[in-house]
Amino acid sequence: MDLHLTKEQEMLRKMYRDFAQNEVKPLAEEVDEEERFPEETVKKMAKLGMMGIYFPKEYGGAGADVLSYVMAVEEMSKVCGTTGVIISAHTSLCAAPIYEHGTEEQKMKYLPKLCKGEWIGAFGLTEPGAGTDAQGQQTTAVDAGDHWVLNGSKIFITNAGFANVFIIIAITGSHADKRGRKVKDISAFIVERTDPGFSVGKHEKKMGIKGSSTCELIMEDCIIPKDRLLGQLGKGFKIAMQTLDGGRIGIASQALGLAEGAIEETIAYTKERVQFGKRISQFQNTQFQLADMYAKTEAAKWLVYSAAMKKQNHEPYSMDAAMAKLVAAETASDVTRRCVQLFGGYGYTREYPMERMMRDAKITEIYEGTSEVQRMVISAHLGIK
Amino acid sequence: MKAIVCVKQVPDTSGVVAVKEDGTMDRAAMATITNHDDLAAVEAALELKDATGCEVVVVSMGPPPAEGMLRELLAMGADKAVLVSAREFGGSDTYATSQILAAAIKKIGVEQDDVVFCGRQAIDGDTAQVGPQIAEKLHLPQVSYAADVKMEGNALTVKRLLEDGYMMLKVQTPCLITCVKELNTPRYMSVPGIFECYSKPLEVFNYDTLKDDELIDLDTIGLKGSPTNVYKSFSPPVKGAGMMLEGADKATVDQLVGILDGKHII
Repeated sequence: MDLHLTKEQEMLRKMYRDFAQNEVKPLAEEVDEEERFPEETVKKMAKLGMMGIYFPKEYGGAGADVLSYVMAVEEMSKVCGTTGVIISAHTSLCAAPIYEHGTEEQKMKYLPKLCKGEWIGAFGLTEPGAGTDAQGQQTTAVDAGDHWVLNGSKIFITNAGFANVFIIIAITGSHADKRGRKVKDISAFIVERTDPGFSVGKHEKKMGIKGSSTCELIMEDCIIPKDRLLGQLGKGFKIAMQTLDGGRIGIASQALGLAEGAIEETIAYTKERVQFGKRISQFQNTQFQLADMYAKTEAAKWLVYSAAMKKQNHEPYSMDAAMAKLVAAETASDVTRRCVQLFGGYGYTREYPMERMMRDAKITEIYEGTSEVQRMVISAHLGIK
Repeated sequence: MKAIVCVKQVPDTSGVVAVKEDGTMDRAAMATITNHDDLAAVEAALELKDATGCEVVVVSMGPPPAEGMLRELLAMGADKAVLVSAREFGGSDTYATSQILAAAIKKIGVEQDDVVFCGRQAIDGDTAQVGPQIAEKLHLPQVSYAADVKMEGNALTVKRLLEDGYMMLKVQTPCLITCVKELNTPRYMSVPGIFECYSKPLEVFNYDTLKDDELIDLDTIGLKGSPTNVYKSFSPPVKGAGMMLEGADKATVDQLVGILDGKHII
């Protein structure tokens, strides 16, 4: 068992760090204050191959691996939670399901443009009445012969305001299960921003990751060609759950990066701040708090990396992704909160990035499956019922 | 058409300079970076490649760890790398270094439409001598302090940065250009570039590779071939900011005298 990064992964980490410091960090405050989607950063990342990191070259990807992708989200999130989630949602929630379930035609049509960042991707599962209870879907897709007609709405969709391609989950029918109960048939579709009847609605004002574009999607007799069905008819729910498994690793990396970034900033600050004639880094409380936080964050890191390795090796990783997200997200929330505390009054001001990191961290416990959902996945895998 | 770029791996002098007991720099104890001016030279070569499809060959004279830097340059987009490394080359000053690099470049081959790019100067030696010396030994026309380079046919139009202004020069290929870091913003390594860099060719030229060149002789390389030696390296002691006394009146002069008296200087 080799827990070392490869030579290429070490070089990648160096590039990601340089890029994050020079291109992402200087914009982070403005992206948050102005709730601005950093389009120019996305273009720069696309040029370096960061919008399709683990997809093969034949589909326009960079031909790297899942861990290399995870590290990109981690390093960007250290300085800007918004930038991290843009990469994660685009890669894991839109490009990945097309790569894993698409026909060759669909892959050749969408993946090259997504990987090159010409198109940005998003994923529409959540509805006003269907969050954790994803089966509570109400969006419908009716077979009208040579096309599909979609009706319904989605909310809280990441990247929505700037995405060109959306994976939409909708009800395509129903059937009776073994006990005669009515069960929904759910399918997945590829919808393009320009499809008639499709529009992006209200932009959500959020507590954190304010630069991330989070909007409603509205489908009113939205017409899409027949070849937009993704995967098999009726298998959409399974596709959605598998997609979220991969997305969980991305969000776990975002949480990991936020925790690591917070600790880095706090170590630097506590070495400068003087009270009672000493640097506060000389007080045992400061030392012990940071030691605890660092150790817990390292533990979270290995869960995230292990889930990434299992996905890369095509081993079952659902349980590992759930644990990684559960632990990393709760660690990020805890670490960022304690780091604000170590900054004292300055941590509460917007002059320092700490309060933003704390606000950004919270969502990692919620989206792409709440911590409660992760606990459900883990206990189910343990056979506890 | 080729763009050959000379690159040096240097200690990061923006941090603390580590010094050994004998006064020489303890390079092993310092972080290494690619010299900034040389990165500008690499970027200039890569931009030429983007425009003309030429091949970019990066060359570095240095100890084995310089291979890591060359791989990074391959990941940025260079096509081939050459590491010039041998114990016989160690201790070379700029005169000896330029002998060796000129021989290496001759071995790589300079064609009619090729350009050699160098950084203006390295942050450890700060001499700015190697580029021009290489040009002389290869009998190439040279333009130093390039702040802008454009290719037109087989000639380059170069904006040369001077202290109080600039000069516009036209030079035919083959030629040598030294670049200042103001020339451009070096690109990052790309993700696919990083995954390709270990499959791109990297050759090592040692003493045996170059010894038959007329420029290479045991007396003209290494410490023996160096007319200059570094006597001592040190971090200058940090001085305080000093105290500023505003005013040109008697009161200020009295204050100054008082301070000098208190320090027993007068």
